[in-house]
Amino acid sequence: MQMPNNKIDVAEILKDLEQYHPRRRGWTWREKSKRQVYGPFEYTDMSTPLKNGIGIPASRYFGDIDPQPNNTITTEIASGRFEDDIRRMRMAAWHGADHIMVIRTAGQSHFDGLIEGTPQGTGGVPITRKQVRAHRKALDLIEDEVGRPINYHSYVSGIAGPDVAVMLAEEGVNGAHQDPQYNVLYRNINMVRSFVDAAESKSVMAWADMLQIDGAHNANATAREAWKVMPELMVQHGINAMFSQKVGMKKSNIALSTVPPTSAPAPALKLDLPYAVALRDLFSEYKMRAQMNTKYITSSSREATVTHVMNMLISRLTSADIQSTITPDEGRNVPWHMYNIEACDTAKQTLSGLDGLMDMIELKDSGYLREKARELKERAVLYLEEILETGGYFKAVEEGFFVDSAMYPERHGDGIGRKINGGVGAGTVYERAADYFAPVTAHYGYNNVEQYADGPMDSPATLIGGCTLEVPEKIIFIDELDPEDNVNTRMSATERYRGDTPYVKPEVQWLADGVVQLELFLPLEARKAQFAALEIAKNMRLKEAEVIHVEVMHPTEGTRVQLKGVLDFEIDMRNVVIPPEPEVMSDDEIRAEFEAYPVKIVAATIGEDEHSVGLREIIDIKHGGIEKYGCEVEYLGTSVPVEKLIDAAIELDAEVVMASTIISHDDVHYKNMKRLHNYAIEKGVRDRLIICAGGTQVTPEVARENGMDEGFGRYDRGVNVATFLVKKRREKRKNLN
Amino acid sequence: MNGYMKRDDDFEKRRAHLTTLSDEALKERFWALAEALADPLLELARTHTSPAVERSVLLRMGFSSLEAQPLVDKAIEQGLIAHGVGHVVYYTAKSQNMDIRKAGLELLEGNYWKEAQAHFNVASEAKETGRGGKSPEFREGAYHANAK
Repeated sequence: MQMPNNKIDVAEILKDLEQYHPRRRGWTWREKSKRQVYGPFEYTDMSTPLKNGIGIPASRYFGDIDPQPNNTITTEIASGRFEDDIRRMRMAAWHGADHIMVIRTAGQSHFDGLIEGTPQGTGGVPITRKQVRAHRKALDLIEDEVGRPINYHSYVSGIAGPDVAVMLAEEGVNGAHQDPQYNVLYRNINMVRSFVDAAESKSVMAWADMLQIDGAHNANATAREAWKVMPELMVQHGINAMFSQKVGMKKSNIALSTVPPTSAPAPALKLDLPYAVALRDLFSEYKMRAQMNTKYITSSSREATVTHVMNMLISRLTSADIQSTITPDEGRNVPWHMYNIEACDTAKQTLSGLDGLMDMIELKDSGYLREKARELKERAVLYLEEILETGGYFKAVEEGFFVDSAMYPERHGDGIGRKINGGVGAGTVYERAADYFAPVTAHYGYNNVEQYADGPMDSPATLIGGCTLEVPEKIIFIDELDPEDNVNTRMSATERYRGDTPYVKPEVQWLADGVVQLELFLPLEARKAQFAALEIAKNMRLKEAEVIHVEVMHPTEGTRVQLKGVLDFEIDMRNVVIPPEPEVMSDDEIRAEFEAYPVKIVAATIGEDEHSVGLREIIDIKHGGIEKYGCEVEYLGTSVPVEKLIDAAIELDAEVVMASTIISHDDVHYKNMKRLHNYAIEKGVRDRLIICAGGTQVTPEVARENGMDEGFGRYDRGVNVATFLVKKRREKRKNLN
Repeated sequence: MNGYMKRDDDFEKRRAHLTTLSDEALKERFWALAEALADPLLELARTHTSPAVERSVLLRMGFSSLEAQPLVDKAIEQGLIAHGVGHVVYYTAKSQNMDIRKAGLELLEGNYWKEAQAHFNVASEAKETGRGGKSPEFREGAYHANAK
C-alpha cells in the first residue's frame, strides 16, 4: 500500500504496465452512514469519512474534522503531462475528490483511431491505453490510501468514439463523456457518423457499467447570452438521454451535465434556479452532474470562487449527484496544482456549510419560481415539436436550430448549422448487409449471429472463445510509438528533481517547472501598472513573466496586478537550515508540573483592543486552554492599560503575565509589548515575571525582540503556552539553585 | 448568409395547446417527443456501421489499434465492410482453419482477400433482400422521411 509519508513513485507505476488489469469496473457512489457524526456535529447531507485526508483550513478550529459531502466531487486535471497529473490526483483525493477527470488534449476528437504511447498534450493529455492504464493503476493505490473508491473519467467523443469506448471499458475506466451532439455542433464531425458511432460507444459503456456525462453544457459556454439557451439545453439533454437509454444504458448511469447558465452581477439565482428546478422535474430519473459556470469566468480567482459557491447553493437547493468543480484559475491558465485543491476545498466548505439546508427551508410551490420553470419546460416541448415538424434531428441541425442565441421559440438565425453530407468523416457510414456479423460482446444493432450459431448464446463473442471484455489477456498492449515524445524522455529530463533528492524548484503543474506567481499593488493606473509589474519581474530575475490578472483599485490611485514567471534556480535542501519544530509536552507532564509548582497568571487584552476570543481560547478550560492544567488565571478583560496589567500582577503576586494584542496597525502590538517590558522594569518586577504576548499578527521572534519572554501566534494553543511556561519555570528554578 | 430562420418570440401563441396540460402530462409529452426524435437515429445506428465501429469490433477480437486500422481500410477497399470486418476475419479463420489472430495477421499481409471476396459477394448476391454492398454515400431522404 502507498504510505502517506512516501512520494508516489511514478516510475514504479509505469513498470510492468503490460501485466496490469483493472481490479473493478463501473461507477461507485459515495456511501452514506446512518448517523453522520464529525467531531461535535451531526450532519444530514454527508457521507462516510476518509481514512486519510486533509480538511479545509478552518477545520483546525474544529478538531481537524473533515466532513465529506454526499455528492461525488469532481476535479479536472489538464496539465498535458499525465505523469505529473498522478501527483495532483493524489493531492486532490486527499482533499476530497473522488471523480478524477483528466482532460483530453485539443485535437484528439479528429484523430481517426486510438492514439498510443504517451505523447505530451496541449490543455490535456492524449487519451491512450498506456496513459489510462497508468492512471487507473495509480488511483488503485490512492483510493486504498484515502479509503474511498475513486472514479476515473475520460472521453468517448470524436471520430474514434467506439475505439475509445472499447479501450476504456477494457481498462476499467469508470465514467466518460459521450454525446454525439457535441461532435456535431462543436467538432464538426459528420452527424450521421456521430450517431452510428455513438450507439456502439454507448453499448460498450453500458456493458462496462460506466457513468455517462453528456455534452449539453457546451451550448451554455458557446452561446452569446447563455441564459437564453435554457430550452435548448433541455432538448439536448433529452435527445442524448433517450438515445442512450434505448441503446441499453441504465438511467442511473446517465448523468446530465448541467451548469447554472448565468452569473452575478446578473440576478443569477432568479435565472438559474427556475432552470435547475425545471430540469430536475423533467429528468427526475436521471443523475445530475452539476458543473460550475465557466461562461462568465474572468481572471479573478476570487470572483470565480464566489461564482462557484453560488452555483453550489443551487446544487443544495435542488440536487447534485456529482458536484463538479472548476478551478478558480481557469480564467487565466490551465489549472495549477493548488487551484485544483482550492476548488475541492471550496466544494467541501460550501457543501458542509450548507448541510441540512433543505430540512429548514423549502422552495415555494407557486409563484415566480414554478411559473418560470413551467415556461422553460413548455419552451423545450415546443422546441422538440418543431424539430419533428421540420423532419427530424438531422434536418433541424441543417437548418441551424441549435446554439441559436435567442430564447426559443424566438430565433436570431445565428445558430450552428451542419450539412448531412458534410463534416469530418462524411460518407463513411455503410448499411449493414443481411449477413453482417461481429463476434463480440456489447455490439449494438443488427448482428446475424444465427448464420454461425447452433442455438442461443450469451454473447456473439462465444464464437471466438470470448472477446477482450471476457478474456482481457487478448488485449494487445502497445507501449510507445514515438521515440522522442514520450514519458521516458520527459521523466529523464527532470530526474534530478524526482523522488528522494535534495534539489527542489517551485512548480505549478509539472515537476520543476519553476513557475511562481507574484502579487503586487502598484500606485499606478492600470496600463502603467502592468508594464511596471513586468519590469519588477525582470529585476527579480523572473523569466517569461506574464501578467495574468489586473484589477483597478481606483483609476488613478492604484492597480492590483498578478503575474507569473519562471524562476531559473534551484534550492539544495542540504544547505537549508530548518529550526526544530516547537516541542509540545504531554498533558500529564504539564499537569504534574503545575501541581508540584502552582502558578498564578494574570491575563488581559491590552491597549485599545476589544478582542477577547483568542485569549479566552488560550485560557478557558472548555476550549482546551491552560486552565485545564490547573493554572490559576485572573482574566482582567479587554482594553486594559499596560500599566494596569503589571500593577495587577504585583498586587496578586502573580508569576506570569499574558497579554493579548490583536490590533496591529502601525505596529501598535509590538509597541505595547515594549511598554509592558519597560513598565515592569520601572516597577522593579521584570526579573520575577514571565511576560508573554499573543495575537494573530504576533511573530515570536519579533515579540522577543520587543522584550517578551515569548510570543504566540495565530496557530498557538493552550498547550503551546503551557509547554513554554513549564520550560521557562524549570529554567528559572535551575538558575536559582 | 446561411439563411437560418429569424423569428420573434411567439411563445404565447405557440403554447396554446400546452396550457391545459398538467405538469405530469407536459413531462410525458416531452419524453414522447424525445423518443420520436431518437427512434430514427437508433434505427440508423442499428442498420449501419462505420470504420470506427468496425475497428472497435477488431479491438475486442484481440487486435491492436495499429492492426485494426489497416484491416478496416482494406475491407473498405475490397467492398466488404458491409458484412462486418470482424466477420471477414472470422470467416477467414473458419475457412482456413486458423485462430482469429492468425487470420487477421494473414489478411494484414494481403492474403485470403480473394477468398473472402468470392465468399461475401456471392453470399450477398444470393440474398433476396438486396441489402448490403458498398454505400458510402448516406442517403439522406430515407431518414428524414422516417423522422416524423
